[in-house]
Amino acid sequence: MLSCKDVTQLLSESMDTSLPIGKRVGVRFHLLICKFCARYERQLALIRETVRHLVAAEETAGGTLGEPLSEEAKERIRRSLRNP
Amino acid sequence: MAKPANPDPSEWVDRYGDYLFRYAMLRLRDRSAAEDLVQETFLSALSARDSFSGNSSESTWLVGILKHKIADHFRRQAREAPLADNDLREHPDPSSFDGSGHWTSGPTDWGGNPADLYREKKFLDQFTECLSGLSPNHANAFTLREIEGADTGEICKVLNVSETNLWVILHRARMQLRRCLETHWFKKSTGKGS
Repeated sequence: MLSCKDVTQLLSESMDTSLPIGKRVGVRFHLLICKFCARYERQLALIRETVRHLVAAEETAGGTLGEPLSEEAKERIRRSLRNP
Repeated sequence: MAKPANPDPSEWVDRYGDYLFRYAMLRLRDRSAAEDLVQETFLSALSARDSFSGNSSESTWLVGILKHKIADHFRRQAREAPLADNDLREHPDPSSFDGSGHWTSGPTDWGGNPADLYREKKFLDQFTECLSGLSPNHANAFTLREIEGADTGEICKVLNVSETNLWVILHRARMQLRRCLETHWFKKSTGKGS
C-alpha cells in the first residue's frame, strides 16, 4: 500500500520517466481516494505549465519578462568585441 | 540560392543583448554570471563567424552558442559543489507528512483558473523568485528538465549524478517550488480576486 509520501515521489518520477505498470496502477488507485495527492498532482502540472509559459513568453515578443541587459554591461561587451 | 548572411558584430549587442541576457537569466538566476555568458557567447560567435552558414537566423545561431555555455556553467557548478549525501537523505518538506507518510495538513486548494495566472506578470516573477530560492543543484536540475526540456540521461551527464538520484533531486525541487508558491502567492492572494 503506497503512502502519500510515496505517491508524491512517484508523481514527480512519472513526469521524468515511465513508471512500471504496478506502480502506475498503485498511484492511480491512490489518487481516486486521496484528494490531497490528487491536488498535489494538479499543482505539479500547473508548475510545469507555468514554465512552458515562461519559455513561450521568451520566444514571442522577444521576451520582455525580466530586466534587460544594463547599459554598463552592454558597453563592456561592446568594448570586448572591438578588442577581442 | 540564398546568399549566406553576413553577421555584423557591431550591431549584436544592441540587437540581441537583451534577448540573450534574459534567456541566460531565466536559466542561471545570477546577473553577473548571465552577463559573462552573454559576453562569452558574442566572443565565441566573433571567432566562429566564418562558420555561420546562414541556414538559421543569426539569433538562433547565437542562442545555440549560449545554450552550450549554460550547460558548461552547470557542469562547472556541479563539479565545484557536488551533491552531498544529506541533500538526498533529508526530506525537503518534512512537516508535510506524519510518521506513516500521510499528509499532516495537505496542499491547500489553489483555486482559480490557471490560464489567468500565466497572464499575471507578478505570478511569473514570484515563480522565478521561488526557483532562485532552491539550492543550485536542485535549481539546475529543474532548469535542465523543465526549461530546457532535456531528457534525464543528458541531465545526469551534465550534473554527474545517477538517474535514481536525479529523480530524487527533481522531486525535491518540485516539492519546494510548490511549497514556496503556496506560501508566497496562494496564501497571500486568497480573496484578492482574479
